[in-house]
Amino acid sequence: MNNEIVIKTDKLTKKFGDFVAVSEVTFEVSKGEIFGFLGANGAGKTTAMKMLIGISKPSSGNAAIAGFDVYKETEKIKRSIGYMSQKFSLYEDLAINENIILFGGIYGLSDSEIEKRRSELIAKLNLQSEADKLVGSLPLGWKQKLAFSIAIFHTPKIVFLDEPTGGVDPITRRQFWDMIYEASHNGITVFVTTHYMDEAEYCDRVSIMVDGVIKALDSPAGLKKQFNANSMDEVFIMLARDAKRGE
Amino acid sequence: MNAIELNNITKTYRTKKNVVTAVDDVSFSVTEGEIFGLIGPDGSGKTSIFRILTTLLLADKGIAAVLGNDVVKDWKAIRDIVGYMPGRFSLYQDLTVEENLEFFATIFNTTIQANYELISDIYVQLEPFKKRRAGKLSGGMKQKLALCCALIHKPKVLFLDEPTTGVDPVSRKEFWEMLKRLKAQGISILVSTPYMDEANLCDRIALIQSGKILEIDTPQKIVNRFDKNLYAVKSKSMFNLLNDLRAYSKTESCFAFGQYHHLVLNEEQPDLNELKTYLQNHSELEINQIKPGIEDRFMRLMKKPIPTLP
Repeated sequence: MNNEIVIKTDKLTKKFGDFVAVSEVTFEVSKGEIFGFLGANGAGKTTAMKMLIGISKPSSGNAAIAGFDVYKETEKIKRSIGYMSQKFSLYEDLAINENIILFGGIYGLSDSEIEKRRSELIAKLNLQSEADKLVGSLPLGWKQKLAFSIAIFHTPKIVFLDEPTGGVDPITRRQFWDMIYEASHNGITVFVTTHYMDEAEYCDRVSIMVDGVIKALDSPAGLKKQFNANSMDEVFIMLARDAKRGE
Repeated sequence: MNAIELNNITKTYRTKKNVVTAVDDVSFSVTEGEIFGLIGPDGSGKTSIFRILTTLLLADKGIAAVLGNDVVKDWKAIRDIVGYMPGRFSLYQDLTVEENLEFFATIFNTTIQANYELISDIYVQLEPFKKRRAGKLSGGMKQKLALCCALIHKPKVLFLDEPTTGVDPVSRKEFWEMLKRLKAQGISILVSTPYMDEANLCDRIALIQSGKILEIDTPQKIVNRFDKNLYAVKSKSMFNLLNDLRAYSKTESCFAFGQYHHLVLNEEQPDLNELKTYLQNHSELEINQIKPGIEDRFMRLMKKPIPTLP
């Protein structure tokens, strides 16, 4: 991790009518950092993330993602990031190779570059004999590993992960985090949202959002110390139990 | 009499090309008044077991009973005495909170008033939104409504399939507190979760993987069966540390566990000084022996080789 800032927000706010979904959120994330973005149901995480990835215009405040402005340079933002969610990530009725080629093309890589990276990726994931099978036939754990690999296929500056590891077995989950560590080691910034506090423990720093506001932001160790808690779960419950929203 | 009993239950699904064994010769029993947890990842067979026990699916082999009623012969009796909360939100999205509850009460020939006592402390939290359509509720609220609907006919045995998946930690905590109160009222509970930290809240658990039970016992006894010293290791560069620990000649397994990596060595009395010398390039190195958790035990039982880095 170094000091290059790749996400910078300043009083970023989103209102829907009178309802302030995200209220004056200010934070910075450095290059290669694994940043956990936590919050209770309804806290405003999804709304905030939509602004960061350039698909929702803020009501006020500023933000720069990979150096690009969230008001004026949303197309450049989209080219600089990768995105993976637990719910939708790959086309189940396309083969592994087809998914890779499709996403490589969407992100504007040349055919020769796609082919080079594709064969490297297939070898790395040890999927040589499955490469022409439909993604739908893969076990969940493999799908997630593949989805993550494809999300960083175009070597984005930042990858956004929306609840990435729900439901997989503990060993597969570790393999997934191994990949995240590796991406971070290679300088890709990882921005993760999750409900699961043990996942928060893997992050370099985490922020906890309650009712549209960032209530705390520090390393997991720092937060546990600050709130005199044994686990991130305890920290979260202390901060979020008085949340007014959630309905 | 046991609340739930399964003997050698097997269930396979056939697709065009192959046969998948979803539940593989599973046997366990849940005593009356117990909270029994089925702990395992997606695809381990949890939902099939729930569907067999709630008479919604026929097993290929084996017998199962709920409070002495056979799941095949006595399916009608079972449906009257069980409450079932499926993993997927299965209430009517375009009925209101109140209408959903009313509907389920009517189906079981009862009324909300008759059993209100059982759901009162959950329902008070829903009451402000009782005119809201169920589809418009948050995850935590949907889950509370689903539990109320599963309880409205005062079941003796409650089946909860991944009730806390996708729910935030505050709601999860409240949910488990509700389960304890239901247990205190004599309701037996079979609950599944992919989250190992919830295992500790059950009286007994079964760890399940690929349709097979790995182990059944109290959470404490399961953890106690971890037969090696476990070390938590951290340093400034966790990625390099993981690679170095896995490359160490005496490493049996090493997994990332958030702030620390969990390490098992292949010796009875490991020489930590040797390990420290090996890791001397790491700054801020910390090595502590720790107590294992359910997840550590689960991973050892899975007996997979050390994963290679991608």
